[in-house]
Amino acid sequence: MTALLEVSDLFKTFGTGEAETRVLRGLSLTLQPGELAALLGPSGSGKSTFLTILGTLMKPTSGGYAMLGQDLVAADDRALTEFRNRHIGFVFQFHNLLPDFTALENVVFPTAVREGRETTAARARGRELLTRMGLEARIDFPSANLSGGQKQRVAVARALMNRPELVLADEPTGNLDRASAMQVMDLIAEINRDEGTTFLISTHDEKIAGLCRRQIVVGDGVVTG
Amino acid sequence: MLYALKIATRYLTASKAQTALLVLGVAVGVFIFIFMSALIGGLAEFILSRTVGDISHVTITAEDGDPAILIRPDGQVLSVIERGRSRTATLAEAATFIPLIETVPGVVAVSPQITGAGFLTRGAQVAQVSVSGLEPGRESAILDLDGYITQGSARLGSGLIVLGETLADDMSLRLGQTLRLQASTGSSAVLTLSGIYDTGNGMIDASRVYVSLSTARTLFGLPQGVTRIEIKLADLNAADATALRIRALTGLDAVPWTDGAEQLMEALNAQAQTGYFLKSFALITIVIGVASALLLSTYRRRPEIGIMRAMGAGRGFVIFVFVTQGALVGLMGGLSGAALGYLALLPFPSRDAFEAGTLPMDITQGSYGLAITLTVIGAILASILPARAAARVDPVTAIGQ
Ligand SMILES: Nc1ncnc2c1ncn2[C@@H]1O[C@H](COP(=O)(O)OP(=O)(O)O)[C@@H](O)[C@H]1O
Ligand SMILES: [Mg+2]
Repeated sequence: MTALLEVSDLFKTFGTGEAETRVLRGLSLTLQPGELAALLGPSGSGKSTFLTILGTLMKPTSGGYAMLGQDLVAADDRALTEFRNRHIGFVFQFHNLLPDFTALENVVFPTAVREGRETTAARARGRELLTRMGLEARIDFPSANLSGGQKQRVAVARALMNRPELVLADEPTGNLDRASAMQVMDLIAEINRDEGTTFLISTHDEKIAGLCRRQIVVGDGVVTG
Repeated sequence: MLYALKIATRYLTASKAQTALLVLGVAVGVFIFIFMSALIGGLAEFILSRTVGDISHVTITAEDGDPAILIRPDGQVLSVIERGRSRTATLAEAATFIPLIETVPGVVAVSPQITGAGFLTRGAQVAQVSVSGLEPGRESAILDLDGYITQGSARLGSGLIVLGETLADDMSLRLGQTLRLQASTGSSAVLTLSGIYDTGNGMIDASRVYVSLSTARTLFGLPQGVTRIEIKLADLNAADATALRIRALTGLDAVPWTDGAEQLMEALNAQAQTGYFLKSFALITIVIGVASALLLSTYRRRPEIGIMRAMGAGRGFVIFVFVTQGALVGLMGGLSGAALGYLALLPFPSRDAFEAGTLPMDITQGSYGLAITLTVIGAILASILPARAAARVDPVTAIGQ
């Protein structure tokens, strides 16, 4: 079975001289298609930094990163934008949705931005995803008026819109109460089981991590377990 | 990019008050632009109609034959034969040229004239006058004689004379009185005062007299031809080009009114420059306003821009979203400013009814299309800087995880 992505000997250093922070120090990791993995580690251990690099939003200082056979360290901004759009979905902790747009408009964004317009087919898929997230009553709601848990479920739906192979979620439940957090995690697990989408979810919450089939622990800039 | 347009529109409608204020600001700039255009254009029109509205736009005068000069081969002038004083140069073939000139596009009226100097006497009173012989029926072709008449009629005929109020007052003349007009050639005629005018032009009112062309023929001893052809055009500004055409067509020395009107042209030019300056200022204000508003908007929307970039929106898409906002603001501000300007100019009198003391606004010279076009272009240029700033937003720091 070919790996979905392979990270080898990844280094990331911020700043220079006195202010130098070496966040990742030779991190290596392989993810297989269909994995549901938690990224564990204390605050400041570099989880966000790592997910950002995996999401091609940031380049590593050194090291290798390839996904679906493509070298993502060498690629330029245009190629990475295209790659992200097709193969990677994101769920962030804060600032997830475009506040001036409805839930549905947010969900179809990744498809619409590629196709240059909101097609009927894209809208249909967006509705289906929102229904699946239990948000059929909120489809045309302005996203600014949604609750925290609802927003995160819209974000999950959006992350799935272009049927990506990988969804990166950076503390997606960090802002939610226990019940909402569990609901979001259940939906993620369900999608992972039904569609085989790979999820990598960072959290410092053991209970959330326990819902995932694999736990990856980072410490001192490397994978420790 | 329909989708970028949708996002741009949503951004603008999301903060309605802010957008309305921005559009209003742009509209005010456009309003000033249009107001200035109408004022400067109207002012120029007003000044021109006051100064050259009553004069010939293209004039053909008979050329006196050059005096003969006898020069020795070494260059010394031996003798100069002076021009005869009493001989009047004529445009002998005027009759053939006039129908030709009338066909030139832009020519509104043609007035063949015989002009010369003379003395007007009544009893012991004598006044030196300049005599213009006009063709009956064309009295008002160049100077609106009919419009300036205060007593009697402008209609010329044999034995009639029309003169100015100042001259009439100076000589205590009344309608119906007979006067003797003696031409510089020596011949004279007894004429009846049939009309008195007041043009407001001191020179004309004090020393010009009008007689019929045939009376002038007798006075100046010109059995045929004329000494001067005055031509009125539909468009004052076409005088140079039309004069050239007439010259090419007839071979006559047609002179546009702009020859010798350099000071007036300079003044009008300076006025136009002032207009350009003020209009540029209005445009610069628009550009700065749009640029700063959009720059603020890019800053406020940094997290969203970061999200869009993470979702696969390219830099070009982000640029398009913000440039489109600029273009939309420019278009809305341009249209509303133009409408506002038009409405504000409506109460002003039309260009034919300008009165001294009021602003000579010309609603037809508002340059509405130009104002809207320049505003849209300006707003688009103004949005380039904010759009580039938006495209450079780093998704990682913007999302701030
Ligand atoms: N852009 C940056 N510039 C400088 N330091 C940074 C930057 N981003 C992250 N860091 C530092 O890197 C370390 C890891 O941060 P982060 O990846 O956010 O950890 P986590 O998500 O596990 O809490 C922290 O010490 C943080 O201060
Ligand atoms: Mg983090």
